[in-house]
Amino acid sequence: MIKRAAWPATAWLAVFFVLPIALIAVISFARRTPAGLDYWPPALDAYRRALEGVILRGPVWNSAWLAAATTALCLAIGYPLALTIARARGAWRHALLFLVVLPFFTNFLVRTYAWFILLSPEAPLGRALRACGVETPLLGSAAGVLLGLVYGYLPFMVLPLYASLEKQDPALLDAAADLGASPWQAFRRVTLPLSRPGIAAGSLLVFVPVLGEFVVPRLLGGGKVPMLGTLIEDQFLGKVRPNWPFGAALAVLLMLAVGAALVPRLRGGKDAPWAA
Amino acid sequence: MGRLKFLPAAAALAFLWAPIAVLAAYSFTASRHATVWGGFSLAWYARVFENPALGPALGNTLAVGLASATLATALGTALALSLERRRAPALDALAHLPLLVPEIVMAVGLLVLFARFLRPALAPLGLEFSSLPAVVAGHVAFQIPYVMVVVRARLKDLDPSLEEAALDLGATPAQAFLRVTLPFLAPAVLAGACLSLSLSLDDFYVTYFCTAGGSGFRTLPLHIYAMQGRAGMTPEVNALATLMLGASMGLVGVSVWLQRKSHA
Repeated sequence: MIKRAAWPATAWLAVFFVLPIALIAVISFARRTPAGLDYWPPALDAYRRALEGVILRGPVWNSAWLAAATTALCLAIGYPLALTIARARGAWRHALLFLVVLPFFTNFLVRTYAWFILLSPEAPLGRALRACGVETPLLGSAAGVLLGLVYGYLPFMVLPLYASLEKQDPALLDAAADLGASPWQAFRRVTLPLSRPGIAAGSLLVFVPVLGEFVVPRLLGGGKVPMLGTLIEDQFLGKVRPNWPFGAALAVLLMLAVGAALVPRLRGGKDAPWAA
Repeated sequence: MGRLKFLPAAAALAFLWAPIAVLAAYSFTASRHATVWGGFSLAWYARVFENPALGPALGNTLAVGLASATLATALGTALALSLERRRAPALDALAHLPLLVPEIVMAVGLLVLFARFLRPALAPLGLEFSSLPAVVAGHVAFQIPYVMVVVRARLKDLDPSLEEAALDLGATPAQAFLRVTLPFLAPAVLAGACLSLSLSLDDFYVTYFCTAGGSGFRTLPLHIYAMQGRAGMTPEVNALATLMLGASMGLVGVSVWLQRKSHA
């Protein structure tokens, strides 16, 4: 009985997960002809186009630096927050954790939409910036997209950080203090190194999904900040000249990039990303 | 240093909550524009409740959520039991893969599968593969791994001698499973179901690509996406978004309260 219990889920994943991705891989090697897609012989046209300078300097570069910057900012904002929660006592800890988790459980699209209002030129923030002489609107700029990304993914950084900081024995800090370390030294030499697994897990949970993000650049970038995700969507659902092989090749390259980002974690065995 | 050391954490919390407060405030604007403050008014909430498109969108959201969460919980729990009891490294890896593949890749693949292959293949048979089952199929595929991970974590704590004892005392394997294993797993199965439901309600990518092609099928997130950024966007979107925020926060609040009560 137990042997056969895996079959339904396996069949489901085979049809609705493995097969779709296999189709993407096959289409990425197809050639476009006036009559439709030509699958044989396999062509590299789509990959050649995906690796052109315009694409690399535009959407690919945007995805890469925005993913890196989002990860760095989430770490900078999230670490002090996670540390404060981990060191708070009893009811305080529960309350603070609740305040972080609550936005996390609300709809991602709604949370991004909130930034659409916040960043619009008529809102108080936009007017204050104009009063200071900043004329470029935040909506439709890379800075606006970055703010939305940091906001959307901050909880993914805070929760693994909290999980690793919370496990640390407070006696370690007492020991460091007894041995003459200043609070800053104790943080640098004890707390920070011990929280490395949390930093790695959180960074991965932010960096990987941001690479494929398309909602935030669409809503907050106003078409001016193309990323890999928006470019892929254009190729499949765009009003102007969709190009399935090109979109499929971009999707395959995105998967390879994510795979490369995961390799150091996968080799860790027990440290596999899902173990975090 | 003193209280100053809490400043970064307080600033981070303000950053998390300020946009939500602004969104809620702008749902009460009397202006006709979603991003302009024009005095207090409840008119946009009235508009939300009068909008004939929102009833079906809410119904679709809940139907997809409940159907996919139920299916994924059953399939994911069975998968967890199977993988925990025998070594199957290849299947184990496959079952984790949806957690790692970018969602947009899976979503685009499902679009190709439905639009190019399944629908044309079923059409000559007089069968129509409509949007609802397509979206449910996609949601179940990304929910299964989450259910599996949650249930397996609990299975690791199950003492195998409990089931052996049941069998020694004359229970059939089915009885031992239903009366010993399943009750022990119940909290994890329920947690997996809740996680699946919230993933489904939150999903945009898979729903968006599975419904592409203008079938008119909409969930609430798709509705907000379609309305947003259009010229003449009214604060009705703000009111709807605020209601969705309130509903999900209420649900989380209640579930936390229930958990506290059951532990006390």
